[in-house]
Amino acid sequence: MKEIARYFGQAVVYVLIMVVVGTFADTPAYQAFPDDQGFIRLTLSHGGRPRGGCRKQSAKELSKIAPNMRRKKLCSRERLPVLVKMTVDGKPVLSRLLQPTGIRNDGPVRLYEGVPVAAGRHEIALALRDSDRKEGFDYERKAVVDIRPGQNFVIQFRTEFGGFDLK
Amino acid sequence: MAAGNPVLGALQRPLRLAFAHAEKLLDRVFPGHWNPLYNLGTLGFFMYWIVAGTGIYLYIFFDTGLTEAYDSVEYMTNDQWYLAGVMRSLHRYASDAMVLFMIIHIVREFSLDRYRGSRWFSWLTGAPVIVLLFVSGITGYWLVWDRLAQYIAVKTTEFFDWLPIFGAPIAANFVTPASLDDRFFSLMIFLHIAAPLFLLFMLWIHLQRISRARSNPPRGLALGISAALLALAIVKPAVSQAPADLSVMVTSIKFDWFYIGLYPLVDIWSAGAVWGALAFFGLTLIVMPWMPPMRRPAAAEVHLEHCNGCRRCVEDCPYGAVTMQPRTDGANFDLEATVDPDLCVSCGICSGACPSSMPFRRRSELVSGIELPDFTIADLRRRLHKASEKITGDVRIVLIGCDNAARVERLTGPCVAAVSLPCSGMLPPPFIDYILARGLADGVFITGCREGSCYNRFGQTWANQRIDRERDPYLRRRVPRERIARYWAGPADDRVLAREIEDFAERLRALPAPQAVPDMSVVDKVGAQ
Repeated sequence: MKEIARYFGQAVVYVLIMVVVGTFADTPAYQAFPDDQGFIRLTLSHGGRPRGGCRKQSAKELSKIAPNMRRKKLCSRERLPVLVKMTVDGKPVLSRLLQPTGIRNDGPVRLYEGVPVAAGRHEIALALRDSDRKEGFDYERKAVVDIRPGQNFVIQFRTEFGGFDLK
Repeated sequence: MAAGNPVLGALQRPLRLAFAHAEKLLDRVFPGHWNPLYNLGTLGFFMYWIVAGTGIYLYIFFDTGLTEAYDSVEYMTNDQWYLAGVMRSLHRYASDAMVLFMIIHIVREFSLDRYRGSRWFSWLTGAPVIVLLFVSGITGYWLVWDRLAQYIAVKTTEFFDWLPIFGAPIAANFVTPASLDDRFFSLMIFLHIAAPLFLLFMLWIHLQRISRARSNPPRGLALGISAALLALAIVKPAVSQAPADLSVMVTSIKFDWFYIGLYPLVDIWSAGAVWGALAFFGLTLIVMPWMPPMRRPAAAEVHLEHCNGCRRCVEDCPYGAVTMQPRTDGANFDLEATVDPDLCVSCGICSGACPSSMPFRRRSELVSGIELPDFTIADLRRRLHKASEKITGDVRIVLIGCDNAARVERLTGPCVAAVSLPCSGMLPPPFIDYILARGLADGVFITGCREGSCYNRFGQTWANQRIDRERDPYLRRRVPRERIARYWAGPADDRVLAREIEDFAERLRALPAPQAVPDMSVVDKVGAQ
C-alpha cells in the first residue's frame, strides 16, 4: 500500500511538471499588437547630397589624371544631413533630421520607424530633403490609403523608384 | 550558509527552508536518490540529450526555404504526426523543461550558498550556459517561420538595432516578404546548430572543477521524466501558428514564456531599458560569487609525517582539490597528497578518509595526515570528550551532525550531546569505535544532509559506505552496530530527527550495559591538550 502511494506521489510530481511545461509553453497568449489597428512603417537608406556640391572637371584637369581614374564630376566626400517628415491625416507623426553615418560623414542615413494608426482610410504625406536647399523638399509624396486592421503598411524610400514607394 | 552576511542570509534562509520542505516532501515519494530537486543539473543535461536527439531527426525533414520551412514543419506535425510530430513536441517541451530545471537549479544553489568561495568557477561558467540556452531556443522558434517566429524575428532585430554597432537596421530585413530569401534560413539553422554545440562545450566546462561529476540523472528518474514529456507530447502536440506574413502585424500570439517571456518588456519599456536590465542582471550574476567575498575557512593541510600516500583522500575529495605528487620529504613512499587551496571548500571529508585519523593513538599530540587547520582531528576528539561530559541522562548519546543540515545543537538534552562537523563525511570511522570503546557514550547517532542532497556532494555517501564497510576506511567489525544510528535530516527536519533520537535512546535502554573500559591514559592526555 505504501509503495502504491509512493508511485502515485511520483505520478503527481510528473503530472505537475507536465502541467507547468505544457501550460507556459504556449499560454497565456500575448497581445503583441492591437487587433483593430494598422501600422505604418517607414524605412530608408539614402545618402544625402555631397556637402558643397560638385563641380565639373575641366579637360585639362582630366588629362592629368590616369584614364581609369577620370571622373567628370568632383564632389566633396562629406554628405549633407537628410530631413524626413511624415504626416498622417495632417498630423505630423515624424520629423527627423538624420545625420550622415561614418567617421567622415560620408555614409548614408538610415531610418526604421513606424507609427500605429487606426484601421481605415488615411492621408499620408511624405517629404524628404537631401540637398542644401533652405525651403521645400527634394522628394514629396501624398497618398490616400486604406489600412486594414493588422496591416503592416510599408513605405520605403528608393531613388530608383523616384522617391517614396508605398506598399 | 552565508556566514556573517546578514543580507545574504536573509535572502537565502527562506529560500533554503522552502527547498528543505519541498525536498522533504519529494523524499517521501521518490526512492533513494531520485528526488528531482537533487538532480536538477543532471535533469537539465538529460533534457539537452532529448533535444539533441529529436533535433537530429527533425533536421532530416526540415527544409531551409522561405515558404518550405513552414511547410516542412507542417508536414512533420500533421502528415508524420506519429513520429516527427511527437519528436517536434518532445523537442519543444524538453527545451522548455531545460529552462525550468536550470532556473530552479540556479535558485537552489544560491539558497545553499554553493556559488561562492571555491565554487565560483561553476557559477561563473553557468552564466554563458544561460545565454547559449536562450540563443538555442530562440533560434529554434525562428526556424518554424510562423507568426511567433515573425514576432521573434522583428523584435529580436529591433532589440539588437538599439545597439550602435550595426550600420543598417537589421530589422529592415523583415519589413516586406520580398526582403527575405532562402539564405536567411540557412543562416538560422547554422545558428541553431552552432549555439547548442557551444552550449554542450560550456556545460562540459561547467563541470570541470568537481570530481565524479554526474551528467545523467538516476535511470528511474530519467525514465519517469521521459514518459511525462512523451505523454505531454501526445496529449498536447506542439503546433505552429499561422505562417509568417510580413505584410501584417503580429497581433495575438501563443507565447512560450520559458524562452521569450522577456520580449514583452521591449514593448512595455524600451529596447534600451531591457538592455540595461539585462546588463545589470548579467553583471550581478557574474560578480555574485564575490559579492561579498566568502570568508573561506582555511583549506585542508597535509602533514607529511603522517601521510603514506594511500590516495584515500584523493578518492574521496568531492572537488578534486587533493591530488598526488612525488614525495618531497624523502620518506619511503612514492607519493604524497597535496591540496589545491583554490579548490578546497574545507569540508573535511579528506580527514574522514585518512587512515591516520586514529583517536586511539597513544601520543601526546593527535595529528592526521590531512586535516582542516580550523577543525583538526585533535579538536574533534577534544569536542567529543567535552560533549560526553555534558551528558547526565540514564542513556548517553553522542549526536554527530553537519553544519549544513539539521542544527544538532538544538537537539541536545540530558541524554544527548552534539558535535557538529563541516560535513558528516569528515567523521573518521575509528571515532565511532573510540566513542563506544572508551565509554564516551552508549550510542552514536549520525546525521547530516537529507539522503542524496549532501551539501558537499559525497560526504553522506562516503559516511554511509564507511560505516557499512563498503568503503575504506572501514568501521571495524567489533563496533556494535546496534549502538549506531543514522538519520539523514535537512534543516526542516528537527522534529522527526528528535523523534528518531528518542527511538534510538529507547533501543539503547533495552540493550545490556556496554562493556566499555575507558583508557584513562588517553583521556588524561586529551584533557591535558
